[in-house]
Formats: sequence, structure tokens, C-alpha cells
Amino acid sequence: MIKIVLVLFVLLTSVAYTVWLERKVVGHMQNRWGPTYVGPFGLLQPLADGIKFLLKEDLTPPHVYKPLFIAAPMIAVICALTSIAVIPFGTALSIGGYSIPLQITDVNIGLLVVLGITSVGVYGVALAGWSSNNKYSLLGGLRASAQMISYEICLGLSLVGVLIVSGSFSLREIVESQQGFWHFIPKWNIFYGCQFIAFFIYLMAAYAETNRIPFDLPEAETELVAGYHTEYSAMKFAMFFMAEYANMITVACLATLLFLGGWSGPLFGPPLFQALLPTFWFVAKVFVFLFIYIWVRGTLPRFRYDQLMAFGWKFLFPMAIANLVVTALVVAYRS
Amino acid sequence: MHLVLFLVFGAICTAGAVNLLAQTHPISSALSLVVVMASLAVEYLLLGAEFVAAVQVIVYAGAVMVLFVFVIMLLNAGIEERTKGSHVAIVLGVPGVLAGGLLIAWTLLKRSGGGTVALGSLPGAPQTIAKQLFHEFLLPFELTSILVLIAIMGAVFLANRPEPKGPATGKES
Repeated sequence: MIKIVLVLFVLLTSVAYTVWLERKVVGHMQNRWGPTYVGPFGLLQPLADGIKFLLKEDLTPPHVYKPLFIAAPMIAVICALTSIAVIPFGTALSIGGYSIPLQITDVNIGLLVVLGITSVGVYGVALAGWSSNNKYSLLGGLRASAQMISYEICLGLSLVGVLIVSGSFSLREIVESQQGFWHFIPKWNIFYGCQFIAFFIYLMAAYAETNRIPFDLPEAETELVAGYHTEYSAMKFAMFFMAEYANMITVACLATLLFLGGWSGPLFGPPLFQALLPTFWFVAKVFVFLFIYIWVRGTLPRFRYDQLMAFGWKFLFPMAIANLVVTALVVAYRS
Repeated sequence: MHLVLFLVFGAICTAGAVNLLAQTHPISSALSLVVVMASLAVEYLLLGAEFVAAVQVIVYAGAVMVLFVFVIMLLNAGIEERTKGSHVAIVLGVPGVLAGGLLIAWTLLKRSGGGTVALGSLPGAPQTIAKQLFHEFLLPFELTSILVLIAIMGAVFLANRPEPKGPATGKES
């Protein structure tokens, strides 16, 4: 119970500070300062934003379909926050004889649980677009559902290679199979055979799944105002915002666990420090992944819609299948 | 505790199915079907088949029903009109459904080998299911995959209609 509260608190804080990081980094990339006024380096900006979201008037436009209009942001945020439950953050901490696994719950189909919960999260976006009774929102919702279904297939297929190599659905076991070294290269899945291709596919599909630039067509502000959340204001809008960033963090955690060796890294120093070091490596890798997210956002322009679909179905999908076949053959040959 | 949860989600499942028929708006019906799928997944989970439960959510709730909702949104389907229902439906349909239900219940009671399965005792681990699928039931499994392939080819054929005459754009839509 304490663990759930703690994890949720850490997750929500990191969601808030990912927003701050994004504004700061993109600001510097575009030769401006980003947030600076609230607190040192603008560090209190997320707090100010939160207060602003809470105090703003919560408008409900007159012609919306109310039950779904209210339910949609809830679905989005609940799905985004729930999937963190099965993600392990490090090895077990042992304090005074008790061993505390750094994970809310360890299920043996952890990966499938994350995929299942995130796949239900599409409803939040799709229903928000439909229930708003607005053509821009509807187009955003339509684009989101088509895009998410298309890229979910590539995402799933890119993960199957890792599953074949590790032989388990449990996220903890997948990480434990990546401990050790081949000579001097760490035994991470990304270095196993041609799994870096799978990592590339995962990266692309994950950007599309979380509706980030260059795949942010559901909320393309140059053509759709704000896409599916055009009609939302105050806390309901903030819920979509939180869901997007929480999804980013989940995706980054999954990438770390599946491809980058999870919490494996060099251990040194006194015992207490050593106990905390795995979690530090995990957080560091997630941070790097999030930074790449923001970097890409500051660099790439948006795709056109037909380019998006062609890229997904004609490039990523065949490549994912080819990678799967090669990985399966290699693993079968070695065993 | 398990039994209570099982009954509760069974009730939710049935309520969702009834609501699916009762709703007039296609989106509401589709969402009721999502509820049915999700509560079925919980039932599988309670029976110990966690892999099937996860796949149920990913495939049905996460993919098939999203496509349903997508199509309803795309066609912008409105509220359906109510009719009084045909006489044939009342005269033949209701007794037919009752007879079918009774038949299924009778078969299940008589032929299922007697006794009930304890909750959480079914083999549900992915390894067990993989062994069953790829050793014992390999032929049906492969036949199903061919069936799916045929369906995909059919869909491609139907979608790939000859373009109307005009200057070729060279772009896909």
C-alpha cells in the first residue's frame, strides 16, 4: 500500500518535471530560455501550472455527449497511471532482514499487462474526439485510433524478438537474463544479434503510440487546432497532458527493461550505496530515453498522414517481421 | 472471495450484453461490448488463465473494439430508429433462444465430465499454452492461420478496387 502511494507520487512528480525538462531543453534548442520566472531555473513552474489547472474554469461546451466527454480523460489518465504497477525499478532492497522488491506487483505476464492496459488507453483519445462534437476533435480522435492500432502491431512484433531471446514474459526475469558481459560489451538485449533493429522499431512505434512529434498528427495544431482535446479545459485538459507524459515514462521504462539491461550497471562503494545504485542506473537510462524523446521533438518536423501510414505498414511492419524470423532462427540454431 | 468476484463480474458481463442490445446509439453499444470483453477477461483471470485474459484484453478490447469504434466514428452513425420488431422474431426467435440456451446448459452439465473446476486451477501459464498449441493442436492452429491469411487476402482484394479514371496521382490515400 505504501509502495503504491510512493510509486504514484514519484510517477506524478516525474511527469511534472518531464514537462519542465521538455520546455527547458526545447527552449535551449530554439535559442531561448524556457521557464525562468518561477523559482530558480523555473523549477517551480510545474507547481504553478498545477495550481493554474486546478483554479481555471472547467468549461463544458453545450453540445457534447456529456458522459463520455467526462469519462474520456479519466480513461486516458487511469490507463496511463496503472501500467506502472508491474514495472520493476531495481533489485530487491533488504532493510533489517526484510526484502522489499522494488515493484508494486510482480506478475509472470508483466509485459502483456502493460501492453493490454496501454491498448485500452486508446479509448480515452478516441472517445474524447468523438464526444466533443467538433470536427477537429473528431478528426483527431480518428487519426489517433488508426495510428495507434497500426503502430501497436509494430510495437508488439518488435518486442517478440526480445521475448524469444529471454524466454519469459516477466519483466524481472527479462532483466535478469541481461546481466553479465560478452567480453567487454554488456549483455543487454540491444546488443544481441540484430536486436538493435528491434530497438529502432520499438523507438519509432513508441513515439507514434504516445502521439509525440514526429507522429503527433492527432493533435497537429497547424491543422486541427489541438486535435482530440480541443474542447477540453482546466483539469480535464491536464489529465490528457498527464496521460501523455505518463505514457512516455512507461514507454521509456519498458525500453530500459527490455533493451538496455534494466538496472544492470557497475556497482561500487559502501553497501548502502551499492543497494541504491541499481535503481540509479535504471533512472539514468530512463532519463536518457526521455531526453532523446525531447531531442527528437526539437529536431524533426511532423509527418504527413499518408507518410505516417506508409512508414508504419510498408517499412516498420516488414522489418519487424524479418527481424522476428531472423531472431527465431538464430535462437533455434544456438539451442 | 474468488467466487464472489466471479459472480460479480459474471453479472457485469451479462448486464453489459443486455445493455448492448438496449442502447440505441452505436457508440454506447460498442462500449457495452468492451465492458463484456473486459469482464470476460477478469473471469479468465479468476479461473487462473492469466495469459488468455491478457490476450483477451489486448486483442478484443484493445484492437477489435477500437476498430469498431473507429468505423462508427468514421461513418458518424446516428441514433438508430426503433421498430416494434417483427412477428417472426417473437414467434420463432424467443423460443429458439430459450431452446438453444437449454440445450447448451444441458450439454455442459451432462458432458463436461462431471464436477466443477476449482477457481484458479486451470493451466494458464504461457508455456503450458504454447506446448498445447504447438504440439497437440498444431494442425488446427496452422489451419486457422491459413484461414486468417485468406481473410487478409480477401480484405486486400476488396480494398484494392480499380481507381476511377483520371490523372494518376501516384499517391496513396
